Amino acid sequence: MNPITSAQPDTLPRIADVGFGGMLVTFSDALTDAANSAALAFRAELEANRPVGLTETSTSLTSTFIAFDPHTLARETLRAQLIDLLGRRDWFAASLPEGRKLWTIPSVFGGDTFGPQLGEAAQLAGVSPDTAIAQLCETPLRVMTLGFAPGQPYLGSLPENWDLPRQTGLTKSVPIGAITVAIRQIVLFSASTPTGWRQVGQCAFHAFRAHHDAPFALTPGDEIRFVPISEADFLRIHERNDSGDGGATWEAIS
Amino acid sequence: MRLLDVMRAGPAMTVQDLGRPGHMVFGLSQGGAADREAFLEGAALLGQPISCAAIEMAGFGGDFVATVDLRIALTGAVMKASLDGDPLIWNASHAVKAGLRVSIGAATSGVYGYLHIGGGIASESFLGSRSAHLSGGVGAVLAIGDALPIGPDADLRDVGNTLTPRQRFNGGDVRILPSVQTSRFSQEEISRFEKTRFRRTTRGNRQGVELQFEGVPFSSDGALAILSEPMVAGDVQMTGTGMPFVLLPECQTTGGYPRIGTVIPVDLPIVAQAAAGSKFSFRFVEYRDALLSHFSPDQALARLRSQVQPLVRDPRQLRDLLAYDLIGGVINAFDEIDRTE
Repeated sequence: MNPITSAQPDTLPRIADVGFGGMLVTFSDALTDAANSAALAFRAELEANRPVGLTETSTSLTSTFIAFDPHTLARETLRAQLIDLLGRRDWFAASLPEGRKLWTIPSVFGGDTFGPQLGEAAQLAGVSPDTAIAQLCETPLRVMTLGFAPGQPYLGSLPENWDLPRQTGLTKSVPIGAITVAIRQIVLFSASTPTGWRQVGQCAFHAFRAHHDAPFALTPGDEIRFVPISEADFLRIHERNDSGDGGATWEAIS
Repeated sequence: MRLLDVMRAGPAMTVQDLGRPGHMVFGLSQGGAADREAFLEGAALLGQPISCAAIEMAGFGGDFVATVDLRIALTGAVMKASLDGDPLIWNASHAVKAGLRVSIGAATSGVYGYLHIGGGIASESFLGSRSAHLSGGVGAVLAIGDALPIGPDADLRDVGNTLTPRQRFNGGDVRILPSVQTSRFSQEEISRFEKTRFRRTTRGNRQGVELQFEGVPFSSDGALAILSEPMVAGDVQMTGTGMPFVLLPECQTTGGYPRIGTVIPVDLPIVAQAAAGSKFSFRFVEYRDALLSHFSPDQALARLRSQVQPLVRDPRQLRDLLAYDLIGGVINAFDEIDRTE
């Protein structure tokens, strides 16, 4: 069989092979909240009824990834199981997985040190800095996926006026806890790194804690609210942050 | 306490095992030894389980002194090695008395060399693995002054064994399977990709290696912007400049560049071990061919164990063995090779 004739690029959801022991179920080629929740719900179903030979599942913004051991679970068997599972319900209308958390994270916005690009980002979003902060803090944000660095959440979706391009130049380095914006999403950095996303704020929440018992604070599907605090309050939290929680609290979403 | 002291350290030495699978959803890739076959060869030579961590050395080794008698094995990229000045044969296991210095120099063939210790490196485990995952902020490169704990070793007398590694240190023919975006490349581009001779550049690390080639960049159907999708080790992605990048075990978990295919697991060591300048080509294979050539780590270890043989003891034959390597180009020179990792 010709390797390129196996995929059907135009029908969604779409199942594609990923090398030797991977398969990807894509629900949409563009990011929508419904496609994201479909990917999360589909993964939750696979984890709840794990086929023998399935070794790992993951999600991206709009896809569910399945890793498997082809010696235990034949590729064609897995594909048939996935097709069957896809047909059993409308995954776009599926509710999000259980056991999710709503995190409240105190954060400082704006200022030369902690949110140096708030003004620029607000201008691009067509609002005043104060309105920008209000929109960033009042929009219900979901952890749509974790990636780029361990535990690092992509949060969305912001209102349409936040469909900002990434900056063409890179910020040399943003700190852990940097709150950054682009393409209707917020990235809360879990590692210090160069980035094209604009930094509008800062929190003391560490999304990744290497060598802790619970190294990943967030799970895809969790929700996040940022609560604006003063620089003085932020510094107080920052100084006593052995846990990495940075003053964040959570409650179960029922 | 059983300790291995690091007396001299190359720039990219880390503790590695087979990594920590199961955390992609949290943005942490499996990681682990860049050349998994070399890692398993060491376990085979020392007759120990795959859970025993080893020291991976990219390009250059280091000097090590243990506080106790121990066994070592040397595998992967061939590096100049000695024990208090006496040459040590690569791809073999050796006894090392407490206080003697194991000295490992530059790679003469390949990139990633491995120093395995009987009982394994017993450093702190995180999520079931001792592997440093540098891009993920887990662990660190080894440095002078580090004292690495060593696990208990069953039988100190079981040394003097060797095995002949599969040739994988000079590039070559690499087999690939379709990946997420393969269908976005035209048949013409796929054919051109298979006919193209690639050369590894100096850009590369445990996350992946860059390739260059003569010709225009490979283009995919650009009508749709690609959302970041999950990535796996072996993926061949076409970056913005059109330069292919082959991902290795410490790659990021998602990426937005189109991927033309995925190197099959058994051939990934060829990519990892290709030093700058090494040439290779890619060839799409049938899935069943990949299936037949694939072995789980446990299966691969059992096969390697069956290939372990006693080292030749006659000193004259030993000299012949070294001479053979020199003539055969496996050890071509002890020159320091300029490599950027």
